[in-house]
Amino acid sequence: MTGRPDPMVPSVLRIARRIEEMEGVVSLELEAPGGFSFQPGQFNMLYAFGVGEVPISISGDPARTDRLRHTVRAVGQVSHALTRLRPGMELGVRGPLGRGWPLEEVAGGDLVLAAGGLGLAPLRPVAELAVADPRRFRRVVLYYGTRNPATVLWRQEMERWRRAGIRVHVTVDSATPGWQGEVGVVTRLMQPGHFEPAVATALLCGPEVMMRFSAQTLHGLGIPAERIHLSMERNMNCGVGLCGHCQFGPRLVCRDGPVFPLPEVESLMQVRGL
Amino acid sequence: MKARLIDKSGLQWLLDRLGSQGYEVLAPCLENGVVEAGPVTSLEELPAGVEEETEAGRYRLRFDGKEGTDLLFSHALTAMGWQRFLHPSSEPLWRAELRGGALEIQPLPAEAPRRALVGLRACDLAAISIQDRVLAQNDPRYARRRENLFLVAVNCGRAAATCFCHAMGTGPEVKQGHDLVLTELVGGGAHRFLVEAGSEAGAGMLQALPGREPEADDWEEKRARIEAASRQRRRLPEDTGDLLASSLDHPHWEKVGERCLACGNCTSVCPTCFCSRMVERTGLDGQQATHWRLRDSCFDSEHSYLHGGPVRRDRAARYRQWLTHKLHHWQAQFGTTGCTGCGRCITWCPVGIDLTEEVAALEVAA
Ligand SMILES: Cc1cc2nc3c(=O)[nH]c(=O)nc-3n(C[C@H](O)[C@H](O)[C@H](O)COP(=O)(O)OP(=O)(O)OC[C@H]3O[C@@H](n4cnc5c(N)ncnc54)[C@H](O)[C@@H]3O)c2cc1C
Ligand code: SF4
Ligand code: SF4
Repeated sequence: MTGRPDPMVPSVLRIARRIEEMEGVVSLELEAPGGFSFQPGQFNMLYAFGVGEVPISISGDPARTDRLRHTVRAVGQVSHALTRLRPGMELGVRGPLGRGWPLEEVAGGDLVLAAGGLGLAPLRPVAELAVADPRRFRRVVLYYGTRNPATVLWRQEMERWRRAGIRVHVTVDSATPGWQGEVGVVTRLMQPGHFEPAVATALLCGPEVMMRFSAQTLHGLGIPAERIHLSMERNMNCGVGLCGHCQFGPRLVCRDGPVFPLPEVESLMQVRGL
Repeated sequence: MKARLIDKSGLQWLLDRLGSQGYEVLAPCLENGVVEAGPVTSLEELPAGVEEETEAGRYRLRFDGKEGTDLLFSHALTAMGWQRFLHPSSEPLWRAELRGGALEIQPLPAEAPRRALVGLRACDLAAISIQDRVLAQNDPRYARRRENLFLVAVNCGRAAATCFCHAMGTGPEVKQGHDLVLTELVGGGAHRFLVEAGSEAGAGMLQALPGREPEADDWEEKRARIEAASRQRRRLPEDTGDLLASSLDHPHWEKVGERCLACGNCTSVCPTCFCSRMVERTGLDGQQATHWRLRDSCFDSEHSYLHGGPVRRDRAARYRQWLTHKLHHWQAQFGTTGCTGCGRCITWCPVGIDLTEEVAALEVAA
């Protein structure tokens, strides 16, 4: 029992690159000299010196085990501190943590990705897998909704994904002059014929309302509930099931999730303030 | 050897022996007007003859216990649970240093002294085994402190009015999780203790105890005392879990939410509560920081905070979280209930909210 490494103590990694994705959103590429393997959908606790730790999804290509990528939106204390870090500086990392997307179960079938805002971050590793190995999935569709054209993440990457055969559909809540694409909620993008429901699996990440409506719509289009998976968000202080903050009814989001099949969370999501 | 009968001097011998083996001995004593576990070297420090009168929102001590002023364990429970010796209210986890962008993180060793806890009740042992399920696996600090404990439990001879361990199946008889268990006996005018072992370490200690073989009368008195302590008024329905699962939208939560102050007393006295939060404290030079773990409460608005506000905005939602976690969701999370029936949360709630009554209120259809 004693002598085991303490899962609460971070390792130190150096920032190799810092990419300003848009105002207030920064990707940090960390050097992982010892190699860092993860399952898409997992997250790390990132530690900014003197401020604290927060859960952040891993947003890089899983094949690049020498480079670990995170994409952070500056909203509060810790996330602001993380986005201010520069190449060459070091930060603390604990992980990979949680249960990722159930990709084994999609193999050979259709893959439906639905993201709202920065919810695209934990889905990006999945898109990269699909690009690297086109035979892994039958058809891949991405539905992505964000507030406005200025907050569309990864335009170039999405172009690359398109060229590799992923059907990318993007919408914004409110358009600005020059926007040629769709306007409205992300569920409006979801149409019969985009995928074969009988062999499709859907992976969702975004604000809770967005996921609730997307799950309903995709289920309505024929995807069985148990093949719709959601990445849930709750306050996390430890990430390893010790602190009690991420409780969601009978589940601990950090330990049992963050990815859950719809039947495990559907009724819980209906209860206000759970 | 199965058991030993000792007198007060035998019990003092046990405390001394534990002390000489390097254990810090903690036992119930009087502290700030309540019975609370503290460091003890002599039996004189135990709260002899003290009984607590408890009710929802009420705690009074009587110093003239019904059975005279001899009984050392006439009280029922320590005011707080004993988990603070396993899961301290604050603890530094690691220290970080930043020098020109280079970060160094140093784990800080856990304080894990050898401790003998004397006077725990069956419900207290149940609480430790519940926390073992929650923490021992992933928290090496907890595990180390746990390994260094020697547990001397006591069979209750009387229940407080707020106790419902009998209904929860955790007590009042000590059956597992102890190294030694004492039953305090006074029948026939002789003050003595029946001692039994529950572990190898306990059996070793039992061998050495200065005393004699107990007789039929002693065993009979033990049985009668446990039976007396089993007479308890409060209970929870058998199907509490199902009831809670189907009551998440019950209007009663709003009612109890209007009474609850969200003070968190219930969570600080409950022996199974384990929530914690991490805080970072920086040194004056700004180049050093220490990462602390503090005990936390689900009644705190920050507990469920997500950027923009807490998930559980009102007291109704927080009380529902606490109660459904203890009595139902704990089972799914950790394979055990989260409540031992110790009744502390009932006693120490300033507005007298009683979880057994709240569950009963949910039984009334919405
Ligand atoms: C599994 C998971 C994956 C995430 N992935 C990403 C990601 O890839 N990129 C990204 O920018 N954000 C992500 N988040 C959200 C991110 O953790 C929060 O934005 C961050 O915790 C805010 O911390 P803060 O100190 O900057 O904000 P403050 O508003 O100052 O928050 C104070 C504290 O509350 C807690 N907290 C606040 N908001 C959240 C939240 N949304 N989730 C969990 N704890 C919170 C944290 O402990 C935080 O330190 C993820 C959250 C979870 C649970
Ligand atoms: S919930 Fe109340 S009765 Fe149950 S263990 Fe905690 S303090 Fe004791
Ligand atoms: S139930 Fe009672 S003790 Fe618990 S937070 Fe509410 S008022 Fe405080």
